[in-house]
Amino acid sequence: MRAQFVLSEIGVGLRRNLTMTFAVIVSVALSLALFGGALLMREQVSTMKDYWYDKVNVSIFLCNKNDAATSTKCAKGAVTAQQKEQIEADLQKMDIVETVHHESTDEAYKHYKEQYSDTAIASVITPDQMQESFRVKLHDPEKYKVVATAFAGRDGVESIQDQRNILQNLFDLMNGMNIAALGVMGLMLVIALMLIVNTVRVSAFSRRRETGIMRLVGASSFYIQMPFIMEAAFAGLLGGAVACIMLLVGRYFLIDHGIALADKMQLVNFIGWDAVLAKLPLVIAIGLLMPALAAFVALRKYLKV
Amino acid sequence: MIRFDNVSKSYPKQNRPALREVSLEIEKGEFVFLVGSSGSGKSTFLRLILREERASHGQVHVLGKDLARLSNWKVPHMRRQLGTVFQDFRLLPNKTVAENVAFAQEVIGKPRGEIRKAVPQVLDLVGLGGKEDRMPGELSGGEQQRVAIARAFVNRPMLLIADEPTGNLDPQTSVGIMKLLDRINRTGTTVVMATHDQNIVDQMRKRVIELEKGRLVRDQARGVYGYQH
Repeated sequence: MRAQFVLSEIGVGLRRNLTMTFAVIVSVALSLALFGGALLMREQVSTMKDYWYDKVNVSIFLCNKNDAATSTKCAKGAVTAQQKEQIEADLQKMDIVETVHHESTDEAYKHYKEQYSDTAIASVITPDQMQESFRVKLHDPEKYKVVATAFAGRDGVESIQDQRNILQNLFDLMNGMNIAALGVMGLMLVIALMLIVNTVRVSAFSRRRETGIMRLVGASSFYIQMPFIMEAAFAGLLGGAVACIMLLVGRYFLIDHGIALADKMQLVNFIGWDAVLAKLPLVIAIGLLMPALAAFVALRKYLKV
Repeated sequence: MIRFDNVSKSYPKQNRPALREVSLEIEKGEFVFLVGSSGSGKSTFLRLILREERASHGQVHVLGKDLARLSNWKVPHMRRQLGTVFQDFRLLPNKTVAENVAFAQEVIGKPRGEIRKAVPQVLDLVGLGGKEDRMPGELSGGEQQRVAIARAFVNRPMLLIADEPTGNLDPQTSVGIMKLLDRINRTGTTVVMATHDQNIVDQMRKRVIELEKGRLVRDQARGVYGYQH
């Protein structure tokens, strides 16, 4: 088999179907860029989860003397020293608990002042209005429920708060975007595959004279089919390359420059270039193999060998 | 070389079979005319030999192989030992004469050096020496058919199948083509030629096989086109 002969046949085929080839490249590029984007988004969510879950606590807020009047859960009055000791001892006994930190009213007051220093309420608030709390760090933040059921309703406990809830909305949003991206990707993929099948059909029809002669002189079916498959694979490879460029440019503008999320959301640690680069071989490989496979399947139908 | 044992072929959605219980044998080196009116089964006969179709009943042996048992991927190798020529020449219009002939060798992976040697040789044989670089469109019908014959013969097949090779040519040109096929036959290549051309069959006095409505009605050594003419 002679490479030069095959290559020239591919070139002829691609030029003959220039518009169709272009459509294949664009649709493959878009679907693969969305695919890569979805993968990266998932990685971003999991990085953020790792980062934030490491920092979040389960907070057990205790009753202070003001709460006794306002909250039904604190009907028995402010938490006593004995109750506090008991809660702390029980927490320490639990396997899932990593550390327990007791935040006194003074500490709470100090944190509040720091966080809300420029608001009016910060200037009138006093330490005894603040709530004491236990900040519990769990080995596995997902085990929040165990702590919640153990301490909810206990005397002296006003409420139990899982800080993950605050993040959950953000993660839900990102997961939603992820699913939307995958949905659009699926649609683009179907379009790309249909375009490839159609391209192969047109190209097989316009070359039926050549393929007919090839068949008669005894060219193997692999040899007859290969130019078509290579054409699809080449278009797919270009599409994959464009998708890679889109991913790289996307990260550049979204995170570092342009929209520059890294400047605006400094608390978030974004995925690095290495994560983007790690996805590119997969994108290229799918770009190469998927159209080739689609062409192969289409040829069984449209090219008699 | 070719053996048909009780071969029938029916196509789906057609009541009458295209071939009915045909049995015959063609020996190595023979020159055989296949005659019969349109729809008599000539084309089906040739397509069975090329294994473009499979027999519905009976066995077709070509070059010692039972075509029913030949797996699909081995078919190309079988076809490499056959040459085919058609009424409509089937040349590639955007390739030169030499490229058209070389195409038959390129697609089966012959080395370039061999192709460079074989193409001018076979073009000389068919009487087209010096016209290597012409395009098929610049040639007369007879010359185009010579290119097609060169392409069919360049791989030195054991068997040459010709489906009305003179069907589009005037009588004088046809005689030239027949002389060429006769010369190829004399090199030891078996030739099976379907034709409607009465004069040619009567002049050549070769074996004649006549099909009528799918049946073999005549198999005559040194025959003529038909009794009714």
